Amino acid sequence: MSRTVLDRDDIRRTLVRIAHEIVERNPDERIALVGVHTRGAFMARRLQALIEELVRGEVPLGEVDISFYRDDVAVREPASQPVVHSSRVDFPLEDMTVVLVDDVLYTGRTARAAIEALFDYGRPSRLQLAVLVDRGHRELPIRPDYVGKNLPTSRSERVNVRLEEQDGFDEVEIHELGTPVGGPTA
Amino acid sequence: MKHLLTIADLERSDIERILSTADSFSEVAGRDIKKVPTLRGRTVVNLFYESSTRTSSSFELAAKRLSADLISIRSTGSAVDKGESLRDTVATLSAYDPAAIVIRAPWVGAADIVARSCTASVVNAGDGKHEHPSQALLDVFTLRRRLGLESLDGLNVWIVGDVLHSRVARSNVLAFTRMGARVTVCGPPTLIPREVETLGCDVSYDLDRLGEADVVYALRMQNERMDDAFVPSLREYVACYQINSRRLQPRQVLMHPGPVNRGVELSADVMESPQALIVDQVASGLVVRMAILYDLLSARDQSGERGGTPEPTVGQPA
Repeated sequence: MSRTVLDRDDIRRTLVRIAHEIVERNPDERIALVGVHTRGAFMARRLQALIEELVRGEVPLGEVDISFYRDDVAVREPASQPVVHSSRVDFPLEDMTVVLVDDVLYTGRTARAAIEALFDYGRPSRLQLAVLVDRGHRELPIRPDYVGKNLPTSRSERVNVRLEEQDGFDEVEIHELGTPVGGPTA
Repeated sequence: MKHLLTIADLERSDIERILSTADSFSEVAGRDIKKVPTLRGRTVVNLFYESSTRTSSSFELAAKRLSADLISIRSTGSAVDKGESLRDTVATLSAYDPAAIVIRAPWVGAADIVARSCTASVVNAGDGKHEHPSQALLDVFTLRRRLGLESLDGLNVWIVGDVLHSRVARSNVLAFTRMGARVTVCGPPTLIPREVETLGCDVSYDLDRLGEADVVYALRMQNERMDDAFVPSLREYVACYQINSRRLQPRQVLMHPGPVNRGVELSADVMESPQALIVDQVASGLVVRMAILYDLLSARDQSGERGGTPEPTVGQPA
């Protein structure tokens, strides 16, 4: 059982709004975007194009994979192994306002890992968090600066973000799982 | 994957997954801060019963770069000197609850014995004449990078030298063929094991067809394993089997697991030629061994992860 909560046009409008908010909130700052693999990286790329149009300048873009920074490397069940992607942050972070971009904000553990990963590259003057969907159930004191949509969910639901670059189409849907899962771990 | 004992246990998809993780560690190795917190709080034991420079140092550095705690034990200067058995040593070290034990030993099957007698993940870093799987993985990694290829499909690899005593040869024949290459082993008949073809390779007793090779992989003449006279003399070996600038063609690449006996299996000029990947192999050793430790010690599943859409998995598109 699943229902669509954002369609293609909704996602486009949402990203345009987030791009405006980022520019408005940081009028005099040097902005950079860093996407969290996989879909956060695609979102960051779209936001880059939108923001560059707004500020008529270049906005550096990077991406981080958080696999090496997870807090549950030792405790998860062995199963299929996700592909580990390379991180790429090839510009200095010093004196930058870096906006971390991810698709879904849930427990906050991914965001925590991404922050730690980013700090291995340098010391940004400010770090902000942009997400397409905030579905609640935080387990860490993490708060997003830009939210595409607040989506109250139960833990037994699953939020699927699909982006054209990865999945061939744009959509956010809520999927009801048969049985409640034991608790989020990431 | 719990242990890395032999290449024979690995599917092609396992090799591809480990090498793709190693690619990501290459990026880490290029940063100012070359360390990630992945294995924080976990212990890796390096247990070396044989001399080793690059294997032991690269596993040590790999563990450190992953933030693991590391104990390095060599047979000399430890209780092994006093006659403690492998099993007893492992039982002692198990008291520290290590997450992984990396073992090199002169006995075939030593790593299997350790794997059966403790709960840690075990990496075979060379067991006698049997296997040296991490070397084979780093060699495939090095080749893929140098040639810019995803797979080794159709590639022609010649492994030349003392195949009989070489664990590197055994692991590499298995790994190269699994990745799609055609492998020929070459050397004097006394140094080619009987029925080596059953590993899936061709055999040649001379270098006449070396020109067919895309990759020439020279093995070390293992003087320390030569109890009997396997070759009439080193001079004769050099005359018949040394890879030198006369034999190596410009389009071929040259590999060697090190340490090289200069002037025996390789001439000095080819070692320093741009075709030689020997230094690349050492650099690959670090990131591939990080990937091996990561692969064995990260037990994860894809469900529920990040509360979003599952990550794509190898061999099973999302």
